[in-house]
Amino acid sequence: MIRWLLLFLAICALPARAEEVVAGLSQDSISITTSFDGSEILIYGAVKRAEPEPEGAQLGVIVTLEGPVGPVTVRRKSREMGIWVNTESVGIGAAPSYYAIATSDRLVWILDPIADVTHRITIPLAVRAFSGPIEVSDARPFTEALLRIREREGLYRLDEGAVKVVENTLFRADFKLPANLIEGDYKTRIFLTRGGQIVDSHRAAIYVRRVGLERWLYVLSQEHAALYGLLSLSLAVLAGWAASEIFRMIRN
Amino acid sequence: MQIYLPIAEVSVNAFLLLGLGGLVGLLSGLFGVGGGFLITPLLFFIGIPPTVAVATGANQVVASSVSGVLAQFKRKAVDVPMGLVLLVGGLIGSGLGIYVFNLLSRLGQIDLVVQLSYVVFLGSIGLLMFQESLRAMRRAKSGAKRGKRHQHTWVHNLPLKFKFRASGLYISVIPPMLVGVVVGILAAIMGVGGGFIMVPAMIYLLGMPTKVVIGTSLFQILFVSAFTTLMHAMTNQSVDVMLALLLILGGVVGAQFGSRLGGRLKAEQLRILLALLVIAVAVKLGLDLLIRPADLFTLSMGGKA
Repeated sequence: MIRWLLLFLAICALPARAEEVVAGLSQDSISITTSFDGSEILIYGAVKRAEPEPEGAQLGVIVTLEGPVGPVTVRRKSREMGIWVNTESVGIGAAPSYYAIATSDRLVWILDPIADVTHRITIPLAVRAFSGPIEVSDARPFTEALLRIREREGLYRLDEGAVKVVENTLFRADFKLPANLIEGDYKTRIFLTRGGQIVDSHRAAIYVRRVGLERWLYVLSQEHAALYGLLSLSLAVLAGWAASEIFRMIRN
Repeated sequence: MQIYLPIAEVSVNAFLLLGLGGLVGLLSGLFGVGGGFLITPLLFFIGIPPTVAVATGANQVVASSVSGVLAQFKRKAVDVPMGLVLLVGGLIGSGLGIYVFNLLSRLGQIDLVVQLSYVVFLGSIGLLMFQESLRAMRRAKSGAKRGKRHQHTWVHNLPLKFKFRASGLYISVIPPMLVGVVVGILAAIMGVGGGFIMVPAMIYLLGMPTKVVIGTSLFQILFVSAFTTLMHAMTNQSVDVMLALLLILGGVVGAQFGSRLGGRLKAEQLRILLALLVIAVAVKLGLDLLIRPADLFTLSMGGKA
């Protein structure tokens, strides 16, 4: 109660913004079931205005969807004694496992580079910090490789013009999530820009969870590894034995 | 029909996995091999992470050797004491192999070591088999007799001698133990049963009679791969039971058809075919190491060790 009151006071204390964003998600949780084959998410909303629309500066809507962040090791192969071997590596401290941006127009037109840096909106900025000592002279090719590989796998993507804006008020963005999604809390951010400057933003979370059999097996494998191992073994033994018995019966 | 694998964290077509299992099962039934050496590289190709492929491959080997061992026991073709000696060595080797495997995964060199071991072992075994079966075919044509195989070598001068009745051998337990250790290490690192290396070692090094070789090696493989599966599950949580089950289902069916098909072909032809297959896999993996990869960079989740 008190929290809400404080929040209300805080909102009142802020200068009233000319434009605000209100948004919703088609679903705020995704269940990974055995038959999981990717998912689609619709992020929609409207621009709320207290006064007539300002003229001149262009309106932009940027929607980002970010997966759980974790460390990644990037390794480079080089030729040693005739064969290609991993030789150098760079640890990236925190890279999102999934990162998609949809925009209403070309990014250069609707997002100021400084605003981009402060809010870490574009893909290279969303990948943060090196971990551990850097043993290579130039780490840039490694971070570029991370972006390139993840873009190729469809895990990082930029869709300019994918946000549809109607009458400068209503907008929607469709995201297609890949099948190799990892579990965790996904973060969506919606930025409203005017002439490249961010005038308002909105955040929401999407919970991606394994359910049913998937969840049970995963938890078992992590928390009761011995039991899980025995289960895998007994299934294998049973299947091997059953198969030979069944085929013997068929033959006789 | 896509299926999401809980441990590998990828979504794969279930029929592809059944088909893969079936194909490998067919070949393993046809040639009397475990098929682990084929299933692990094939899993790499379809995008299963190497650690999961190796650990799950070991689980698949358990299933395919169970039915084999049962059949061999009925034929009384298992030398249990010899199997136990090989097994003790195998368990030691597997433990060592798991340790090395986890160490190399942390260093980012596991893929290289797995590929190199495949190239070296499959390549040399394949060439030996090819040469041997060519010689056998020529002998069959000329009608010449085979030379005496059982020779008195250094193997017979070692201490700790023991009488293996089923094999008709009186030899030291050290050589079979060492063979077991080597096979155990390979089982853990390559995700294979190791029959392709144990069978020649048993025949040529230990001088065991051919009739008990297959059964005894399967006996050892069953327990070593069971142990390996358990160790992988407990130390790096990389056994995917869903993946294993699909491969096994395809595999057991394929194996039955394979063994029936095998009955119609001549043993010498089979050996040549198997040799060519083994060489092909080795060449493919070898080329991957020699040819400049399309992307020099690779990613792996997690921080640096």
